[in-house]
Amino acid sequence: MRLPHRRRALAAPTPLYPSGAPAGNAAGRRNRVTTARVWPLLAPMRVLGIETSCDETAAAVVEDGRVRASRVRSQVRDHAPFGGVVPELASRRHVEALPGLLAEALREAGLAWSDLDLIAVTAGPGLAGALLVGVGAAQALHAATGLPLAAVHHLQGHLHSVFLGPDAPDPMRVYPMLVLLVSGGHTGLVRVAAPGRQAWIGRTLDDAAGEALDKGATLLGLGYPGGPAIERAARGGDPARHAFPRGRIAGSEAPTGGLDPELCLSFSGLKTALRYYLRDHPEARGGTALRDTAAAYQEAVIDALCARVGAALGRERYAALAGVGGVARNGRLRSRLGEIAATAGIPLLLAAPDWCTDNAAMIAAAAGAGLGRPVPDPAALDVRPNWPL
Amino acid sequence: MCDRRSAHGGGEVFATDGPEATRRLAARLIERFGKDAIFALHGELGAGKTCLVQGMARALGVREPVTSPTFALVHEYDGAAPLTHIDLYRLADEGEILELGWDELLERPGIKAIEWAERAAALLPDGTVHVTLDAGDAPERRCVRVWRVEAGA
Repeated sequence: MRLPHRRRALAAPTPLYPSGAPAGNAAGRRNRVTTARVWPLLAPMRVLGIETSCDETAAAVVEDGRVRASRVRSQVRDHAPFGGVVPELASRRHVEALPGLLAEALREAGLAWSDLDLIAVTAGPGLAGALLVGVGAAQALHAATGLPLAAVHHLQGHLHSVFLGPDAPDPMRVYPMLVLLVSGGHTGLVRVAAPGRQAWIGRTLDDAAGEALDKGATLLGLGYPGGPAIERAARGGDPARHAFPRGRIAGSEAPTGGLDPELCLSFSGLKTALRYYLRDHPEARGGTALRDTAAAYQEAVIDALCARVGAALGRERYAALAGVGGVARNGRLRSRLGEIAATAGIPLLLAAPDWCTDNAAMIAAAAGAGLGRPVPDPAALDVRPNWPL
Repeated sequence: MCDRRSAHGGGEVFATDGPEATRRLAARLIERFGKDAIFALHGELGAGKTCLVQGMARALGVREPVTSPTFALVHEYDGAAPLTHIDLYRLADEGEILELGWDELLERPGIKAIEWAERAAALLPDGTVHVTLDAGDAPERRCVRVWRVEAGA
């Protein structure tokens, strides 16, 4: 049984952002960083996180950066027959799952609603209908409890996911940090200068890595989600059996939106190459040959990612390398990133497997660290399906 | 080479010898059908549908990368005309497609390019330009068939 905390006696919710800086401008960003460092010294902060941006429904409680409870319900089985996430299905399942998950998370944390300080919710990017379920729930909880809301960028949560483990790195020693972010529709390299100050330095110009794996798995008849299916099928296979293209940029004039083309990726040619390889080698689909095909395809995706990581590390001296997002669960990718970091002589920060795939702990923790956006008028909070990083 | 007789029901067949030729063909399609056309794109995984849309974007002077909308379903770009890139790969039925705000999407100004458009077969308006990408006789080659369904046809 926890002793009631002194601050719980105060009826009015303590403002999370005492400076009250408007979100979005430079001053706001500076203030958020300041808040992140100072706030934990003032009082323990308990954040309830809600995440429904794609096909995982999740709720979590994080106290001062430590995960006290995390619940995730995946819809993977519901979507498997369709070979991908089915958006309308996603929204319906979120509605069904979220109330139970919220109650379970609080119970597991041993807390009551009155023990919480903040509700953090993913407001984007993601599927509009799916995001609305989480944001709607957060608004209802605000109305019922008076707790303040913070809107969190889904990718900000992923970037923060390396700080969730019990042996989280010292945040003062990891910046500038190079992050390989491979989550959902997003694939690329993010340079994080300081908490909350980040920018893409390279990204895919067509398909995401997870999408390349999903669609490759479909072509190979391996099912959904493709990443784990290909990793399983590739076990014991010979990745050198066939050389698939390494995500080179076809036609150097492809626009990169101002990013360095050598740090950008392209996976559409890889998918095409697999399709034609299977057409010309029907035997590569079955038996032990399938192992080799899956291993060679997986290796091409991982090689493409690792080549860009290596190029980025050659451009600038980083204090740490990190890997986050669902594809960062891949064992082969994790060991390859380990080799790269060792060669560069910098620490490797990998999100724990549970925090690679979508979860609410990373959302709550990011908000607790001051990386959410305060919501002055929760009733007006809207989802941002295309929220840029 | 492509079998030109495969263009049953009218239409034309173009042979492209690589992604760059597919992108150039996309520019010609915009010239031909105008900057408010709806393009329904058909073809298997890896056939080059996104490549075709990249060619449209380049022809319109779009400076950002045109990435696969499979995850986000709809991407919008600003160029000489707006470009709305729609991907129905993950949608299961017409109900879900309508949920996307389908009618509103198609009424927008500018080019509308729809991947996996056969999933919305009954929802496509008259005047839609259909483009089918089929395998050619070498991995980089495509046979691109283009035809248009006119009102009352």
